Amino acid sequence: MSSTTANIQTTEVRRKRGNTDRLVLSIIGYLTLTLLAVFCIIPFILVVSSSLSEESTIIEKGFQLIPSNFSTEAYSLLFKFPAEMLRAYGVTISVTLIGTVVGLFLTSMTAYVLSRRDFKWRGRFSFFFFFTTLFSGGLVPWYLMIINYLHLKDTLLVLILPMLMNVFYIIVMKSFMSSIPDAITESAKIDGAGDFRIFMQLIVPLSKPALATIGLFIALAYWNDWYNALLFISKSELMPLQYYLYKMLGNMDGMRKAMMASGAVVNTNIPTESLKMAMTVVATGPILLAYPFIQKYFVQGLTIGAVKG
Amino acid sequence: MKLKQHGFWDDVKKYRSLLLMLTPAILFFLLFAYVPMAGIVLAFKQFNYTGGIFGSPWNGLDNFKFFFGSGDAWRVTRNTALYNIAFIVVNNCLQIFAAIMLFEVAGKWFRKLTQTVLFLPYFISWVVVGAIAYNLFNFDVGTINVLLKGLGMQPIDIYNTASYWPVILVVVSAWKTLGYGSIMYLAAITSIDTEMYEAAEIDGANIFQRIMKITIPNLMPTVIILVLLAIGNIFRGDFGMFYNMVGNNGLLFSSTDVIDTFVFRSLTTSNEIGMSAAAGFYQSLLGFVTIMLANYAVRKYDKDRALF
Repeated sequence: MSSTTANIQTTEVRRKRGNTDRLVLSIIGYLTLTLLAVFCIIPFILVVSSSLSEESTIIEKGFQLIPSNFSTEAYSLLFKFPAEMLRAYGVTISVTLIGTVVGLFLTSMTAYVLSRRDFKWRGRFSFFFFFTTLFSGGLVPWYLMIINYLHLKDTLLVLILPMLMNVFYIIVMKSFMSSIPDAITESAKIDGAGDFRIFMQLIVPLSKPALATIGLFIALAYWNDWYNALLFISKSELMPLQYYLYKMLGNMDGMRKAMMASGAVVNTNIPTESLKMAMTVVATGPILLAYPFIQKYFVQGLTIGAVKG
Repeated sequence: MKLKQHGFWDDVKKYRSLLLMLTPAILFFLLFAYVPMAGIVLAFKQFNYTGGIFGSPWNGLDNFKFFFGSGDAWRVTRNTALYNIAFIVVNNCLQIFAAIMLFEVAGKWFRKLTQTVLFLPYFISWVVVGAIAYNLFNFDVGTINVLLKGLGMQPIDIYNTASYWPVILVVVSAWKTLGYGSIMYLAAITSIDTEMYEAAEIDGANIFQRIMKITIPNLMPTVIILVLLAIGNIFRGDFGMFYNMVGNNGLLFSSTDVIDTFVFRSLTTSNEIGMSAAAGFYQSLLGFVTIMLANYAVRKYDKDRALF
């Protein structure tokens, strides 16, 4: 194609106009995205700075974005007698570890079977699992099943079992495994390997990216779970972190009593407001610390979900 | 036909190791999904602990009459649907807007940083969101009232005023889902064929025309699918959100009670087991019908993206 002088001139004009449009859009983009980012981050800053404020200042002036009287009183009190908080941490960490390892193993094993094109009943079993997302018996029969028939009330198991498997993760995992060539399974079968061995020795290593993503989704769900504890846990030694926080936020009197009983404080002069915020920070801390490193796996997971529907 | 007939048991034998590998999942879904499904009979029974789910005496439609007669049914159904409609509209518009801006803004580190910050609320539990809400809305020390007092205005009693809550809950939902949704939409925008943009540029389209004529139309299939699927779940309330934001604050129930919180309360505090089972069954049925309709709509629109 030959370009005439007239053509060059018009594209020149267009480019200039395009540059102004681009500039306008950039200004709008930077401005609105900054505003949205501030909107998303401010609540976190508020909680952290409130936790670092002196109690008397909070009572007098309320929570502030920048603490006018800096104080680590709430944290030192929290760490002076950390028994309950540590126990809650322990429950959450064990539940998250066990739940993630077992859940990930079962999810991927199920997904592998459903991804095997030579498995005659894969469609039927897929529907068997999928149907549970369309219809359910509701909260009451599920609750009674766990309490009256499985007798799981006030056990560590009740924090793990109900969340062990999730149809959505099975589907995502299955679609990932479907992209692994059938030839791998076929040739291993010819060599005489059994299905379980093929899964463990060939498929699992090839599925590492998907396993990391789904594993982190499962771990986050366990770490943030408070619902199962709300329904099934009444013993304080079995309370996971989020539920412990929930209890303490709603029940400062209980907290005061617990602290006085443990000898943390002798008077009733407990910095309840800053303490609530400090507990929130301590309960969220590990996630916020891990967040920059794990974020990309979640982005991957969401992207798979969006593309596959 | 001379082919050797394969019987059911031959297949079981052939696939025994695969079936064995499926067994834990089958047991799991039987125990935690299918047996409770059979427990729906509870909605038609007068529950007592000695009889249990299957041994308690029948009472016909009494539980449903109680549920629908109290006026609660209409209130919680309306709240659940209206909240979900508001969430769908507000959240999707914001997410699409943020995704387009993230795509168009040039600075790479700015884009990464913004995306990281927007995604942060997705990672925290609803309990922590409840604590944040307390920090903001508390009457005596809450940040909003601190600001109002600073401006010389009267503090407002948010936790005792039902009318503020629809707005608050819509904002909270937008806050929690903004990063998550904009990443999904950003992925869809990134997959648009760049040749279309180049062609538009050669034809002299400016950047706004490009967004209106190429980005948004190309995004529509994804939007329609996600919105239809969300409509399918319109009768399922987000229990974690409503429970941690509102809790058992009866003053706010008129504008914040959804089916899920109502069923939970009837089960745990008022111990009306038959009635809450009936309400749960009613919700499951509504949910089933809407999701089937939504899936039918998705199928008509784009067969490949239907759920089944």
